[in-house]
Amino acid sequence: MKVPLKWLREYVDVTLPPVELAEKLTMAGIEAKGTQVIGGKWENIVVGQIVAINPHPNADRLRLPTIDLGTEQQTVVCGAPNLKIGDKIAFARVGTELIDGHTGQLMRLKSARIRGVESSGMVCSEKELGISDSHEGILVLPPEALVGTPLADYLGDVIFDLDITPNRPDCLCVIGIAQEVAALTAQSLHPPEVSYEEFPPPIEQQIAIEIADPDLCSRYCASLITGVKIAESPPWLQQRLLACGMRPINNIVDATNYVMLELGQPLHAFDYEKIKGKKIIVRRATNGEIIVSLDGVERTLSHDMLVIADAERAVALAGVMGGANSEVTDDTTAILLEAANFNPASIHYTSHQLALPSEASMRFERGIRPELTVPALKRATQLMMQLAGGQAARGVADVYPGKREPEPILLSADKVKQLLGVEFNLDQIVNILTSLGFTCQPAGSTSEVWVTAPYWRSDIQQAVDLIEEVARIIGYDKIPMTMLSEPLPQQNPEPVLSLKRKTRGILVGYGFQEVITYSLTSLEMLNKLTPEAHPLEPIPLRVANPMTADQEYLRTTLRANLLAVLTSNRRHEEGGIRLFELGKIYLPRPKDLPGEPEILCGLLSGARLEKSWQGDSGSLDFFDAKGVVEGLLNQSGVAASFKPSDDESFHPVKQAAIVVNNNRLGVIGELHPKVAEAFDIIEAVYLFEINVTDLLPFTIDHKMFQPIPRFPATVRDIALIVDTSVSHQQVMDIIKSFSLVNQVAIFDVYSGAQVPPGKKSLAYRISYQSPTHTLTDEEVNKVQQQILNKLSQQLGATLRT
Amino acid sequence: MLQQLEELKSKALRELESIDNIKELDSWRVHYLGKKSSLTTILRGLATLSLNERKTVGARANQVKTNLEDSLGQKEQALREAQLAAGTEKEVIDISLPGRPLPIGRLHPITQTLNEIGDIFTSMGFQIVEGPDVEWDYYNFEALNIPKEHPARDTMSTSWVETNRGERPMLLRTHTTAVTARVIEGMEPPIRVIEPGKVYRYEASDATHVPMFHQIDGLAVDKGITMADLKGTLYEFARRFFGEERKVRFRCDYFPFVEPGVEMAIECLVCNGKGCRLCGNSGWIEILGAGMTHPQVLERGGIDPEVYQSFAFGIGIERLPMLRYGIDDVRLFFSSDLRFLRQF
Ligand SMILES: [Zn+2]
Repeated sequence: MKVPLKWLREYVDVTLPPVELAEKLTMAGIEAKGTQVIGGKWENIVVGQIVAINPHPNADRLRLPTIDLGTEQQTVVCGAPNLKIGDKIAFARVGTELIDGHTGQLMRLKSARIRGVESSGMVCSEKELGISDSHEGILVLPPEALVGTPLADYLGDVIFDLDITPNRPDCLCVIGIAQEVAALTAQSLHPPEVSYEEFPPPIEQQIAIEIADPDLCSRYCASLITGVKIAESPPWLQQRLLACGMRPINNIVDATNYVMLELGQPLHAFDYEKIKGKKIIVRRATNGEIIVSLDGVERTLSHDMLVIADAERAVALAGVMGGANSEVTDDTTAILLEAANFNPASIHYTSHQLALPSEASMRFERGIRPELTVPALKRATQLMMQLAGGQAARGVADVYPGKREPEPILLSADKVKQLLGVEFNLDQIVNILTSLGFTCQPAGSTSEVWVTAPYWRSDIQQAVDLIEEVARIIGYDKIPMTMLSEPLPQQNPEPVLSLKRKTRGILVGYGFQEVITYSLTSLEMLNKLTPEAHPLEPIPLRVANPMTADQEYLRTTLRANLLAVLTSNRRHEEGGIRLFELGKIYLPRPKDLPGEPEILCGLLSGARLEKSWQGDSGSLDFFDAKGVVEGLLNQSGVAASFKPSDDESFHPVKQAAIVVNNNRLGVIGELHPKVAEAFDIIEAVYLFEINVTDLLPFTIDHKMFQPIPRFPATVRDIALIVDTSVSHQQVMDIIKSFSLVNQVAIFDVYSGAQVPPGKKSLAYRISYQSPTHTLTDEEVNKVQQQILNKLSQQLGATLRT
Repeated sequence: MLQQLEELKSKALRELESIDNIKELDSWRVHYLGKKSSLTTILRGLATLSLNERKTVGARANQVKTNLEDSLGQKEQALREAQLAAGTEKEVIDISLPGRPLPIGRLHPITQTLNEIGDIFTSMGFQIVEGPDVEWDYYNFEALNIPKEHPARDTMSTSWVETNRGERPMLLRTHTTAVTARVIEGMEPPIRVIEPGKVYRYEASDATHVPMFHQIDGLAVDKGITMADLKGTLYEFARRFFGEERKVRFRCDYFPFVEPGVEMAIECLVCNGKGCRLCGNSGWIEILGAGMTHPQVLERGGIDPEVYQSFAFGIGIERLPMLRYGIDDVRLFFSSDLRFLRQF
């Protein structure tokens, strides 16, 4: 909302400099996004009058106007086509800063010889003054402008650009802002006075009004003015509309817009002669009903939309835009002027459905009060007669099915203190509310008061609304700062949060960079994860109104995003890449919100370590990924086993399921080459994935302390020859089944020339230990023999010699 | 006998003088001080001497022994020092060579910021809770005084999730205040929680807009909570996050679910309040929205607003590291570009 300071001054004495006023409004909830000063650099520009125009001796296009400046006369060279003797113009003396009409750059005016004629000064266009982009001719001032006075007195102004919150439609007008300024600076408000002569017959005999759908229209008022003459509005009015960002049209339409900007009530002017049957019906549109709106566009309506109709057809989209069939044109002589109140939700719906936001709909959808209609209607009627002549019919038509008596609210000083945490006395409270137009009536006790909101305020329903008024006018800076003093509530932290934080910390410690990727993705991306590109399971949730095709579906896996991250980083990264994301995936559930498990997905690719002078450390592989998973689970106190797996995204024989207590909680593996290809990846990539939500229950078991062994361990190494089909895990399970075995580690895996074909050698370091005594060699030998026997019986293992 | 001792001593010392490595010292020791040395022999043979001789020779022999031992000690120390000095020269390393590389991992700057804010509020007794990203229209809007066709919905362009006709409308939450609505409904006062999470908007991406970003909402419900408590809590947050010197401002603003409503801003980090492009020449940068929880919102969630008072706030996260590090494009956070992420 743009508010010119000069206009504001008509209703309130402005006692603060513009910058301070803007600051005060901002603090009180009306944010001044900017203050534009018009004419700040006009100290050398004065009002002049053209007293003579002579031709330029050397140029046909140029002329030599003589300008009377009161104290002196100046003759300059001028190329403008609209020079006219007697016109008042803006004259810039040498030294003025102006905008160059051709380049748009700021320049300082110097005297010059133009085609041989000396020119000291300039007659200015609007563009040169910085008022608008118009540069076709010079700016012509109103005849009442006094020759010799500074131009800033006529056209200078400060325009406040105010951001009005949706709860304050009363501030979408100059008088509303004036009311705020009055309250904030302890001044009084001077609203415009309205009175005009009315002529018979009474309006009721000339128009019939019916509200067929009172749920969507709480009030409909109209006045009638006959004998008007359509013309351009006077310059002062045009200027105000332009300053507020509205385009002048003609005196009638401009009057409705002017009063809307002044008082906040949208108005609409019909050509009375075009209203069939002299009847106005406010009704829901029929489905498929068609109206051509004022902008010339044909609109197809639905039953949810409200129209203003005459006896035969819709003549306006209620509260949104007028219809072409009842438009005021140059031939119009009689005006039916509407001031109505429409249901905010209905207006919001209609203007959004038709993509037709307007100054009117913006005010209606925020819920202005029906009490505004009559004052605005009368003000506009008066203004129209001033601008266009004519006679107003007696009275105003007023159908008001939604009339409600204002309900007073009980407010106490205690309640104010209770909410704000600072005490104000009742007098202070009453003064503030009164300055905003509220009425305060004494209540039962001396510390309470009955408060009624003024008719223009639609945002006041209960005591807290009044308390905000008190707080914002006094200033939030007057509210003290205290720390919460109540006892701390019981803390029941959600264990998944600490698991997530711990997991992130562990992975960062292992050298992984965390990424956060979008939850929305495309089916195409997700489908790349299956080598045969068949439909994905489960089918992801779709966004009904996707902004772009690559953000259409809610991800059901983190893998695709991580792979895309690898691809994009490979354009500039050569070395090893370790990435992870810990975030939600979205799994559809019928008629319910989706499941949102927290998934950890990690990716490894490239060199194990940065290239170093210490030598090459090889490439990351499956066992790097597995090491991370094992370390992570170990630190989380989870014992997992790794089982064969058949996840399609992974290499058929290079993947393992992560199993905890028979629950499959994740997978590790090398990416399937076809999937890699789909993501434009030409290197081996290893992924691991763990469902952190499912992992949680296994991490919160109590750990029990194991006493530190008091007796020394005996360490023995054994090397076994087994069939290549025998897994390390099988060997391990057998060795570990002996109670004196304290630790086992595999330290060599070999197959090749030294072992027979079809066999491999596995070497283990076994640590034997007893909690009760130091083991003798004989005891250790005995257990080791038992182990070897069992390995031989069950796995066909032989000792490698 | 005495003369023999003197000769022994001077010979031993001469030899010791000429020794230049530690290994030879040992054979010298065995030779002159060992069990089979002449000195030991002399000392052992004392018993055969007369009392008088025994006294003078014994005393002198012991003197010589001490003297030789001391000299050996000094020589040994001198040799060790010399050896160290000689060895160090050979063992010189180029300390400017880089260390053995370890992979370096980092948390995403948004995670770092969420953790930092989480720590500040948990130290003030707030507990972290989370809610779903995909949310019912009810918790995101209706429960928060934003019914259908409310103009406040226009400022939060919504991504709707496709549902079958007639099913409850489902959306991607536009603010973590949706979690506040759930907490009010699900928890018993007293309550102090913060609610971090992802939020979504139906918006085209540019340098200041992304379709997904992060917020932390907060809520306190108890008997006697005031707006002064809200101000104290949020100023304390700002003090700890932005530092002691950074000016903070509380001004009136509107959010449908609070009354009175607050916008908190900090003095611009670029121009320190003088006005610049970043702050739109105002000198202030909006950091969060807050207010006293609207009585209707409490009531709808089953908390009696006559008994309990409550404040609520919501902080946009991306903005904070952008201000702190001078990041000029919010899309960078989700670009996953390692050249960006490695800087934090
Ligand atoms: Zn700034």
